[in-house]
Amino acid sequence: MSNGAIIETRDLRKVYRIGQVDVPALRGVDLDVQAGEFLSIVGPSGSGKSTLFHIIGGLTPPTAGQVRVGGQNLAALSDAGRTKMRRRAVGFVFQKFNLLPNLTARDNIAVAHYIAGLGRHPDVQFDEVLRLLGIAGRLDHKPNALSGGEQQRVAIARAIVNHPAILLADEPTGNLDSENSKAVLEVLRDLNRRLGQTVLMITHNPEAAAYGDSTVHMRDGRIIDRTTVS
Amino acid sequence: MTGKLVLENLKNRPLRSLLTILLIGVPVTLILTLVGLTQGMLTEAQNRQRGVGADIIIRGSGVTSVTSYSTNSIPAGMVDKVQQQPHVKMAMGVINHSVELILFLTGIDVAKFNRMTGGFTYDQGGPLQGSDDLLVDRLYAEQHNLKVGQTHRLINHDWRVVGVIEPGKLARLAVQMGTLQELDAATNRVGQIYVQVDDPANINLVLEELHGLLKNYSVNTIAEYTAMYNVDQIPAIKPFTKVVAAIGVVIGIAVVWLSMYMVVLQRTREIGILKALGASKAFILGIILIEATLLGVGGTVLGIVFSYGAQWLIRTLVPASFQMAIVYGWWPRVAAITLATAILGALYPGLSAARQDPIEALAYE
Repeated sequence: MSNGAIIETRDLRKVYRIGQVDVPALRGVDLDVQAGEFLSIVGPSGSGKSTLFHIIGGLTPPTAGQVRVGGQNLAALSDAGRTKMRRRAVGFVFQKFNLLPNLTARDNIAVAHYIAGLGRHPDVQFDEVLRLLGIAGRLDHKPNALSGGEQQRVAIARAIVNHPAILLADEPTGNLDSENSKAVLEVLRDLNRRLGQTVLMITHNPEAAAYGDSTVHMRDGRIIDRTTVS
Repeated sequence: MTGKLVLENLKNRPLRSLLTILLIGVPVTLILTLVGLTQGMLTEAQNRQRGVGADIIIRGSGVTSVTSYSTNSIPAGMVDKVQQQPHVKMAMGVINHSVELILFLTGIDVAKFNRMTGGFTYDQGGPLQGSDDLLVDRLYAEQHNLKVGQTHRLINHDWRVVGVIEPGKLARLAVQMGTLQELDAATNRVGQIYVQVDDPANINLVLEELHGLLKNYSVNTIAEYTAMYNVDQIPAIKPFTKVVAAIGVVIGIAVVWLSMYMVVLQRTREIGILKALGASKAFILGIILIEATLLGVGGTVLGIVFSYGAQWLIRTLVPASFQMAIVYGWWPRVAAITLATAILGALYPGLSAARQDPIEALAYE
């Protein structure tokens, strides 16, 4: 199981136990994502998109199967191992932005850098990324003083401040209007094209999915189709 | 960065933070006030004993502690017997009657008292003359709003206030010894005998003589006796202090536990965010413990400030009944108790925060 992909899953399965009932969320997912790829994952609710996102992001272990991110076998990692992996290997962007409300935008970015053990201040080159994201002038504001689009761009900055192998975005435009959605999607595409950032984006929105190089369709815990934009 | 996270968290919920600090501060104040009262009252009593100017004190056979000189069991004739001993310059018997917790009405032989102590310093009025005359010290006069010429009822007897004295010499409330002996049905009895020696070099010699002469009495130098004015010599004070401290610890743990538990509940989503960013269990636990420690420090400081407030209140409202000292030596102790309490109280909420599942925490509304 090594074909140079930055994300590889084989027969990936996840079963949640709810009360006395086992609920399969993933029923054998095989997926390869190459470094520098922008992959969209679409599918209806309950199709297993978020579960796949959580497993690839190291937030939960798989029940069975294999998953490698940046060459690391996540299935073999302990809880502490997955916590360590999340510091540098992945960056998360969530639908609800998930910024720490008491900290300024600058500190929200700094806290990710600090937790990764890289100190409080990102390197000077990161200022260029902040300009690219259009938030350089908004860094001293707390989330409640930022628009949804600005909050999501701060969340993107936080996700990539540690130069992760992959950027995982879960419905990044789900809480945004169309104008801000477009801005955020363009930021993600810019990061992918200019910086070679691998992006894996979950979305319900076919228009948003079209920003990716390819799109994976999921249903009932399985990948049913993969299309590549020509 | 951890410090900033903690400080911003505290600032974000100012009312909760202040309330927690207040609730931690109250037991700190209680402990410091109790210790301060014990210390203050013992020091005040100690100073009054030193102010007599005697070298040796003889107490009755029934004394059980340093402050138990209310038993007037010594035959008055013993005073003359002691007076006749070699190197004894003067022996003075006094009689006591407890008025409040450790406030006594003291019956004195005015002439002897003046010779031994140099006499009282009068703020108002003058010395005892009549059998129902009463001298009160400035603090007692303030507390009871007494002035010279007024009648004051004590131990079911009406006294005429003839003078207001400065505290510091044996008695805070002084009357003629004969009157008090009669009222107490202790005619020809005294509570203790103060002995002045002709030369300080002879104190031990006289002490040995008196030990031989008064086998069933408690005979000590004033230095020994005043040294007994410490917490260890007062029955029940130490256990009582420990009980109050223990209650303070229990209250403190409960307050911090509840407060930090609320913090963890309110910040479940934030904990999820930190975990998604790769924060370890130790990092999350550390944030909670540091926050609790800061609340503990705040509570300690507030408790110390409040103890000054308690001292002011006591001085203003009941200056005669209680004297409270600020015991600096107890500050590090209460700080250690409070910090340990805060950490213990925050441990369970902190551990439950550290153990939270990041996915569930992120989904928390």
